[in-house]
Amino acid sequence: MKILCVCGLGQGTSLILKMNVEEALNEKNIMADVEHIDLSSATSMSADYIITSNELAESLQGQPAKVIVVNNYFDMEEIKSAIDANITE
Amino acid sequence: MKFLEENLVALDLPAATPEEGIRAAGALLVAENLIEPRYVDAMVESYKKNGPYFVLAPQIAMPHARPEDGVKEASVSLVRLKNSLEFGSEANDPVRFVFALGASSSEEHLLVMKKIVALLSKAENIEKLKALSTYEELQQIIGRNEQ
Repeated sequence: MKILCVCGLGQGTSLILKMNVEEALNEKNIMADVEHIDLSSATSMSADYIITSNELAESLQGQPAKVIVVNNYFDMEEIKSAIDANITE
Repeated sequence: MKFLEENLVALDLPAATPEEGIRAAGALLVAENLIEPRYVDAMVESYKKNGPYFVLAPQIAMPHARPEDGVKEASVSLVRLKNSLEFGSEANDPVRFVFALGASSSEEHLLVMKKIVALLSKAENIEKLKALSTYEELQQIIGRNEQ
């Protein structure tokens, strides 16, 4: 399974998201390849899931990957529920 | 790597607009020679182009640009705004804390990000950030956090 964590530049915000998504996946024993990347590169990559903010999710509609929105990047509970609600192994 | 050292923190700075807030946090990094002035412009440009996605939790903005926009050393500054500002983030406005990130391409970047996550992942730390009135109190939170 491949997951992209996307932000505008792929430098800061998406890296924080990736760190916390990986931690949440670990706890759930879900194996996945998680990458952090900028918005324009993300549109040309294939993945199973894209996790990003509400603001950027709109720009990613139309991608084959399922887009998952996380609002608070530091809230592990929100990230875990988003994974539970959207990601199936 | 420079992470929220004394000269990189300003408490209760007034700012009228998100751009002013971003520039104030960037100026702290410029003054310590950690980024070039053009990196601050790049942070503002990114906000205008990509919107407020870097408002990544309630009250918390982390503006940044790319390493090639003029970063000399991996670094983070903090401006606690006197008045909260609307950045346009549906979920996380208003913003009270602006953490300017000097995003470096070195391995220190990951270290800096881990420090940010460690500090901001605890809700109690956010409450303390709101309440503190001296740099020493911030130092204690960071110190305790990293023990």
